[in-house]
Amino acid sequence: MSEFIIKNGHVFDPVQGIRGDKADVAIKDGKIVRDSELSKSAKVIDAKGKTIMAGAVEIHAHIAGPKVNLGRIYRPEDKLFTCTPTHGHERTGSGNSIPTTFKTGYEYAKMGYTTAMEAAMPPLFSRHTHEEIRDTPIIDEGAFPVFGNNWFVMEYLKNGEIENTAAYIAWLLRATKGYAIKVVNPGGTEAWHWGLNCLSVHDPVPYFDITPAQIVKGLIEANEYLGLPHSMHVHPNNLGNPGNYTTTLDTIKLAEGIKPKNKFGREQVLHLTHTQFHSYGGDNWGNFESKAKEVMDYVNRQKNITIDTGNVTLDETTTMTADGPFEHHLTGLNHLKWANVDVELETAAGVVPYIYSPNISVCAIQWAIGLELALYAKDPMRCFITTDHPNAGPFTRYPRVIKWLMSKKARETQIDAFKHKDKVLSQTGIGAIDRELTLYEIAAMTRAGPAKSLGLASMCGGLAPGMDADVVVYNINPEKPFENPDQIEAAFSRAAYVFKSGTEVVKDGEIVSSGNKRTLWVNAKVNENPQVMRDITEKFLKYYSITQANYESLGHAFVPNPYAIEVDATL
Amino acid sequence: METVTLTMKNIPALYLEADNVSPDAFAGKTAAQIADLHAYVGNTTGRLGDYFEVSGNAGATAADTKIVVKGDVTKVKYLGMKMSAGEIVVEGSTDLYAGAWMTGGKMTVKGNVQAFAATGMRGGELVIEGNAGNYLGAAYRGDWRGMSKGTIHVMGNAGSDVGMYMTGGEIVVDGNIDVHVMTHAEGGRIIVKGNARSKVGGQMVDGNIFILGTIDLMMPGFKYVDTVEQEVAGTKAKFAHFIGDIGERHKTRKGQVVYGNLYTRV
Repeated sequence: MSEFIIKNGHVFDPVQGIRGDKADVAIKDGKIVRDSELSKSAKVIDAKGKTIMAGAVEIHAHIAGPKVNLGRIYRPEDKLFTCTPTHGHERTGSGNSIPTTFKTGYEYAKMGYTTAMEAAMPPLFSRHTHEEIRDTPIIDEGAFPVFGNNWFVMEYLKNGEIENTAAYIAWLLRATKGYAIKVVNPGGTEAWHWGLNCLSVHDPVPYFDITPAQIVKGLIEANEYLGLPHSMHVHPNNLGNPGNYTTTLDTIKLAEGIKPKNKFGREQVLHLTHTQFHSYGGDNWGNFESKAKEVMDYVNRQKNITIDTGNVTLDETTTMTADGPFEHHLTGLNHLKWANVDVELETAAGVVPYIYSPNISVCAIQWAIGLELALYAKDPMRCFITTDHPNAGPFTRYPRVIKWLMSKKARETQIDAFKHKDKVLSQTGIGAIDRELTLYEIAAMTRAGPAKSLGLASMCGGLAPGMDADVVVYNINPEKPFENPDQIEAAFSRAAYVFKSGTEVVKDGEIVSSGNKRTLWVNAKVNENPQVMRDITEKFLKYYSITQANYESLGHAFVPNPYAIEVDATL
Repeated sequence: METVTLTMKNIPALYLEADNVSPDAFAGKTAAQIADLHAYVGNTTGRLGDYFEVSGNAGATAADTKIVVKGDVTKVKYLGMKMSAGEIVVEGSTDLYAGAWMTGGKMTVKGNVQAFAATGMRGGELVIEGNAGNYLGAAYRGDWRGMSKGTIHVMGNAGSDVGMYMTGGEIVVDGNIDVHVMTHAEGGRIIVKGNARSKVGGQMVDGNIFILGTIDLMMPGFKYVDTVEQEVAGTKAKFAHFIGDIGERHKTRKGQVVYGNLYTRV
């Protein structure tokens, strides 16, 4: 494979603690190496006056699978005037909040992202999810199967059977080529099958007679029993409602006292996702307010939790979640079209378009809350930037979110443009925050932090020798202050160079190769468990609409380039 | 005002997508530059000059530019798309999406237009001297934002699904109108001087429909309220006033529940 040496750039790498020093980055055979290991034929790239970071890692986005595709199908208007014709190495693409698979890969790569996680894979539709992942070029991807409303999980955890839960999880991760345990509105989505919901951690799930708290705690324990690379990844109950921050705190407090057990250097046992949607005070839309401070005060103290933000970007977008009852609630609020998908024994997703208008006070307050979370975070290695794509905004807006986080002036410009500026300032703390994140902190929040949380710290998110050569060069000179915050957005939108596993994939903001995309999945070994195997066979015979043989994602058609992370939980 | 004349010289075998034929795209350009603007046929990209004889230079701005389109343009789509000012006169009939997403200016078609004319229109004036096709002033496929402002005058008949998801503006049809009028509408006004067939105002939550002729079959979701005398499009007459679609949600304005209104001449 080719060799590269990137010279004279300013390196920002929290993995090695490098804060903008001039250093060379050497690439050989897909890995970062020491300069001395390169031959004379290494291609030299001059990064003088530029910034070098590791490839960014997306910890939570909805970019592949049936609900994403449902969004594409029922929103032709999202594609209107967005078509990019075939050019150079790029195939045609379209879509704004729900881009086509090819456009998704290209857009991530152009911004310097080289790894991304699909945040909610319905296990029954893992084949569809993997077919889309296969067709998303360049970026390494994994997918989190959803477990929080799964009949097996609820039946085992009701009786406190952690070992059986873990055996089932190990089987399902293998069958669906999944990466981690995702929990969406624990119990609430199953309740939705009965026309109900669980709005607190103590609301019993109909029929199963288990509470969301038992599901969350049980899945954390099963996760640590297995020692999976990522922790239990939770979207708590009561998303999007005024006053829901108490439910959020009740959920994340369930992790208290539980220690991480894994060989990947992961230090958290719970990842709280799109925290912005879960940090609301007030009891109606009139007195709606930010509780970002309360949530972050707890998160800052509690070292075994990581979060991502879920920043509202003030765009027209498409909300989609495996929180079926929430989407039904949302269509009642905005009266836009609603779609729902029932997934048998596992989950139920909904889709509704949404316009985050700067002229609506609630949207503007949501915008402020997302930024507050990141600005209150004491440890950037535990707070990651997301937009919960496409729920709070398209992932293509990350550069704009970074601009707001790095520049108080940019935030003030946006606050001044709000119709209800006074309300934003009175209901949130955004106006009083002077903090401007540094490039080093941004590198932690978008690279080293999420990689560590995902258990990929030895592979990506940093530039230490031996790690995958995912390297990005941005047109940012850290020695020269930005004249205008918009330059931050422009620089992060289109990288000067991107290398993915040692292959040059982007040059001057254009795609130059489709790379060597891999599908990341976790192969967890457990002791033989005949009871769980019998339960699986029985459920397929009795309830599932397909046979077990048609359930699994196997072979080249679904996972052409797998990268299995091995975990051994046998006793 | 400067006038640019486009004369069809080479009728395309397939359909020509001429989204560049608007005062906005022409403004500040010479005839040669206009002839060089792109136009699509199937999956190939050509030039306007490959199909049209272009004469006359455009004005400095869209508002100073008038476009006259001559010859057989029945196989040309998107004439006047997104125009914001100035004027277009099409001397014959044209295909889909005439004046779609226009925000200002005036477009006149002396013949007929096919479907999706004035899709998502946000301002300006569209006059169709012949007949209009389906989905006039409607929303784009999947969208919930139809015509919101501006006026459309059809001197002949109009097709089905006129004003679907309309939120504002006015459409006047001198002749008859086909099924599905103002479906899902949340505002705006449609006046039909001739007759309507059926499904008038289905799922409409706000807005006004006036039918000066007859309706073959009323929607069951409309309720008779009273008879009123009103002047509509220069005609003073008595109308039966219905509200609906009562099967839909309805917003309240100043404490009053708002309904769509359907007036039929008695």
